[in-house]
Amino acid sequence: VKFGVLQFPGSCDEVDALAAARLVGDAELIWHRDRSLDGADAIVVPGGFSYGDYLRAGAIARFSPAMESVIAFARDGGPVLGICNGFQVLCEARLLPGALLGNANLRFTSRQVELEVLLSGGTFTGACVLGERLSIPAKHAWGRWYADEETLARMDRSGQFVLRYAPGENFNGSVLDIAGVCNERGNVFGMMPHPEHAVEELIGGSTDGLRIFESMRLAVEGARA
Amino acid sequence: VPDKHTQHKSKYTADRMIPGAFEGETVTRRRFMTGTAHTAGAIAAASFALPALGFAGVGNVHVGRLVELDVEDPEQLRPMCEKLLANPLVEDYEIELLDSGG
Repeated sequence: VKFGVLQFPGSCDEVDALAAARLVGDAELIWHRDRSLDGADAIVVPGGFSYGDYLRAGAIARFSPAMESVIAFARDGGPVLGICNGFQVLCEARLLPGALLGNANLRFTSRQVELEVLLSGGTFTGACVLGERLSIPAKHAWGRWYADEETLARMDRSGQFVLRYAPGENFNGSVLDIAGVCNERGNVFGMMPHPEHAVEELIGGSTDGLRIFESMRLAVEGARA
Repeated sequence: VPDKHTQHKSKYTADRMIPGAFEGETVTRRRFMTGTAHTAGAIAAASFALPALGFAGVGNVHVGRLVELDVEDPEQLRPMCEKLLANPLVEDYEIELLDSGG
């Protein structure tokens, strides 16, 4: 299974995402000006500050040549994971519903958070058990996910809420404590916390983030079989 | 045998005096975050500093954005806002046409 990890000017977590993906498969970086995804089976849009977050986080990255290919890849059903700034990019690209607003605490916050898995068996949480907790770091200033009531009701019906902040962990004020959402088809997923920073026991003490990458590998292999 | 309790000198840490920073890359990232947190910082500064200056009853501070541009066809303004300049899911926008006087 080959992961393609996008790299924009201002990305800063692409190397960690690359290293995390390489724990479960092959992975290569894709420069933002390249239209070719180089035969990748799955795409990771990493964290950082693409194009300096000018205008709005993710607003400019969304029009890059690499993202145009990722949008086509996603429309064909290819698995796409967006982490932090990547989540913002996918929302700006309208591949995911809603938008990310400034944190309710008005501050850049970096801390470990406990997440609850709301969906098991999907492309991104297939290696998780329903209701289990994942301990993963989060670090952002614009992580308050928001969608209007109508969108929330529709997403709830089609099972698009994938991860939720455990009680007391929602520091950014996301609506319904939502930490990660997928599209209706279930092949595009975005989350604010950073699974790629929780893959080695030595660093941070949690390897729970690896489950997201492992789930993607299983999904790609399952689709081939 | 290297003593792990000895503080390792990094030129980046020493130069920039950022407590807790231990490698150059970390310093770079922190500086970057400081720079790009500008908008949130403006909001935070306004909401904390206004009461501190004695302006009571301040809430819901929002720091907005003004885009000024010359355009040949004003019909393009609305699609520009919808597609790039604003995110209509979470942002309102107003268009004001000023005579160029030309």
